[in-house]
Amino acid sequence: MLAMTAIAIIAMRNMLSVIMLGGIYSLISATLFVVLDAVDVAFTEAAVGAGVSTVLFLSALAITGKHQALTRKNHIVPIFVVLVTGAGLLYSTTDMPSFGDPQAPVHTHVAPRYIEQSYDEIGIPNIVTSVLASYRGYDTLGEVAVVFTALIAVLLLLGLNRGSRKD
Amino acid sequence: MSVQKNPILRETSHLLIPAILLFALYVQFHGEYGPGGGFQAGVIFASAIILYALLHGTKKAEKVISLNLAKALAAIGLLLYEGIGLLGIILGGNFLDYNVLSHDSVHGQHWGILLIELGVGMTVASVIICIFYAFSKFKR
Repeated sequence: MLAMTAIAIIAMRNMLSVIMLGGIYSLISATLFVVLDAVDVAFTEAAVGAGVSTVLFLSALAITGKHQALTRKNHIVPIFVVLVTGAGLLYSTTDMPSFGDPQAPVHTHVAPRYIEQSYDEIGIPNIVTSVLASYRGYDTLGEVAVVFTALIAVLLLLGLNRGSRKD
Repeated sequence: MSVQKNPILRETSHLLIPAILLFALYVQFHGEYGPGGGFQAGVIFASAIILYALLHGTKKAEKVISLNLAKALAAIGLLLYEGIGLLGIILGGNFLDYNVLSHDSVHGQHWGILLIELGVGMTVASVIICIFYAFSKFKR
């Protein structure tokens, strides 16, 4: 279904339908994350991907135009790059440990320590939260700074010159 | 088309927006026990405000949360996060070390996580609201 939606997005010329299909794509991936037991990611995907970014794209559409400009470029090089990269990725998945394998490197490094000791050290039952907010607090600080930087960039591009443009 | 003339949109928004806001607060403060946390709660909170702005217009939404308030909250959220980190240094620990925030290290972790998640939620929610305002008020 994801692949079908992606192909439909490529085939569409009307930007409005492309944005709607993008929202649908996000919603389908959110259900995929629920199946994989990553409820936190599914939350974010459903709210950001299907909700907020669809609305932002629509408001961007209101600023620009409704139709995609037709380009007469050579499509062979992009298709070649996509096919080679896809084939490389597919080939490398054969080396990956099978899904849920307890001997996989991710499950033998720091994960057992978090699972065994995080409740004694942090005292909260949700290990995801204790890793995100405490063990990896510095990374999360960086993420929040990135979000804040995005706001500054958007305000610089759209906000400050409102009503004072000469052209 | 005005929302006031469309009973379906009006009644649905009256029903849904308080529930979405409540759910955002639940995700924010229940992140230690269930799935969720500051990022998710911030996005859900912002989506409720955006829904209100879509249905009733940006002007009415700005009476709830103005652009300047949202800008300020975005900075305050990040500063709260960094402040908690610096507080760890001041109280004799490392940067973002919550163990020293309280007499008991587990208790300190609780406080630290609660406060930084609050900072994350504030920043994320107000950044998204700000970006939406910037887009919707932009004039060519």
